[in-house]
Amino acid sequence: MNHSAIETNALRKEFGAKVAVADLTLTVQRGEVFGFLGPNGAGKTTSVKMLLGLVARTSGEGRVLDAPLGNVATRAKIGFLPEHFRFQDWLSGREFLDLHARLYGIENEKRKARIEKLLTRVDLQDAANRKLKEYSKGMLQRIGLAAALLNEPQLVFLDEPTSGLDPLGRLIVRDVIQELRAQETAVFLNSHLLSEVEVTCDRVAFVKNGRVIREMGLRETRNEIEIELQVKNPTPNLLRDLAQFGKNVQQLNGTIHLESDTAARIPEINRWLVAQGVDVYKIGAAKPSLEKMFLEVMGEDARAG
Amino acid sequence: MMRGIFTISQLTIHEALRKRVLLAAVLLGLAFLVIFALGFYFMNREVVNSPRGPETQAQRALIYIFLTMAGLYAVNFLMVMMAALLPVDTLSGEIRSGAIQSLVTKPLRRAEIVLGKWLGFWVILAGYLALMGGGVLLIARIVSGITPQNIFIGLALMLLEATLLLTLSIAGGTRLSTLANGVLVFGLFGLAFIGGWIEQIGALFQNETARYVGVIASLIVPSESLWQLAAYNMQPALMRDLTMTPFSPASVPSNAMVVWALGYTLLVLLLGVWSFRTRDL
Ligand SMILES: Nc1ncnc2c1ncn2[C@@H]1O[C@H](COP(=O)(O)OP(=O)(O)O)[C@@H](O)[C@H]1O
Ligand SMILES: [Mg+2]
Repeated sequence: MNHSAIETNALRKEFGAKVAVADLTLTVQRGEVFGFLGPNGAGKTTSVKMLLGLVARTSGEGRVLDAPLGNVATRAKIGFLPEHFRFQDWLSGREFLDLHARLYGIENEKRKARIEKLLTRVDLQDAANRKLKEYSKGMLQRIGLAAALLNEPQLVFLDEPTSGLDPLGRLIVRDVIQELRAQETAVFLNSHLLSEVEVTCDRVAFVKNGRVIREMGLRETRNEIEIELQVKNPTPNLLRDLAQFGKNVQQLNGTIHLESDTAARIPEINRWLVAQGVDVYKIGAAKPSLEKMFLEVMGEDARAG
Repeated sequence: MMRGIFTISQLTIHEALRKRVLLAAVLLGLAFLVIFALGFYFMNREVVNSPRGPETQAQRALIYIFLTMAGLYAVNFLMVMMAALLPVDTLSGEIRSGAIQSLVTKPLRRAEIVLGKWLGFWVILAGYLALMGGGVLLIARIVSGITPQNIFIGLALMLLEATLLLTLSIAGGTRLSTLANGVLVFGLFGLAFIGGWIEQIGALFQNETARYVGVIASLIVPSESLWQLAAYNMQPALMRDLTMTPFSPASVPSNAMVVWALGYTLLVLLLGVWSFRTRDL
């Protein structure tokens, strides 16, 4: 068995003259939570549709769970929450899950238990016998999420799963993703919201105009760290001398920032400051600012999203 | 393969039941049967009691058969409507709304979705024909004691006509919007209908060109020919000579038309499957 859940090479999709996805080359590991982050119209949905075989690729190649794109049998191991989900809304929540479980080919005995468990998981037990047409958007999204997990998938595609969700719904989505990670289920999460990706993903790819612009790990130790410190009465001399520990020393709103190669610099800087007789109020590593990266990669037009 | 088809068929029937379209169709059908029964009953009283009425048993039988055929003709129209309209948005609607995405990403072939829907509607249509055709024949039997000949051939041909239109409606829905699909299917039915009449008139006045035009139309959409063949089969020889009623064709379609209609239906179904399989969703 291959270790990657998804492998693509130069996947491309054109709709007539419109290039929706120019070049999708990426690898998602099994069990990894992968964020696919980009502004609206970047080609995220089209990418997922190609991976699922909903849309035929124009060129390039890809494998999902070791099978060619669109393989029928493999779909039994995949879950999918579409972006503009629209379901059989004349069914009740429970009937809807039952239908989808049957479509997955899940046996009778197993089906019932699984459905009840998921209804509880997405907090819809109380509404389970109501028709989907009476559900709010958030409830629909939660029942859709439950439907995507019916088959205990090895890989789940979530296309903008929290758009239109209330805070409770977002929390449920976040927790579900954490549970999936714990079960070593790979998750491919499409999002235009930085906050959503930041808290849940192991790795993120920034995509724009149908291309992956940059990929980065959010969990692995990074080469560069940003150190933040606050001291009493910083002087220009102090700032100049701090440059021996790293580069780009700046003072912003009373906090001094510098970039360094390793976290081991933090105690070094601390000792040095104390030796200089400087009063240290705070020192530590700043969180890698994904937002800075996001804006950098996406440009100004991403801010609106 | 079969499991997927049956699941989708069940879903299709379930949906038709839930959305009350079937209820509406059945109520409409029952209303029609009641009117038909009343009409038949009073006609019969007239036939039996009137001093100026038909004398012989054979003449009476002819009137009963004529009435029964008129009832079946109306049933045929209802079937055509149902066959064209019930499935008209089943694919186009779900494609438009995106609901199809959650079906197509299941471990099912796309062919199973098309065939499953087709089968579901076919069962509904067959049930509706059994109800309505059976109702008309039963009423005629109870009131007059008479049943046309070859009713199973006749009903089978009517079912084939409905199947053909159903198949066109499903296949069209794989690529067209609901509205365009409805226009297409009814347009084709209208073409066959007009073509059928041109053929009849052509036959009556021995105008070869008109007949030729009609035959071409019947080849393009063999629906009306199937009704004419059904009607021809169900009536006694005496009535066939009347010609120029909707159920006594002057120009009887050949049996080859049945083969053509079967092949046509199969071809359109395969085309629909292919068209759905090769499109982006
Ligand atoms: N079926 C389609 N036909 C034509 N253009 C499309 C189609 N689907 C998507 N596009 C275009 O492709 C681009 C990428 O769309 P999409 O994949 O939905 O982006 P995202 O999910 O990142 O918002 C957009 O410019 C969109 O308008
Ligand atoms: Mg999208």
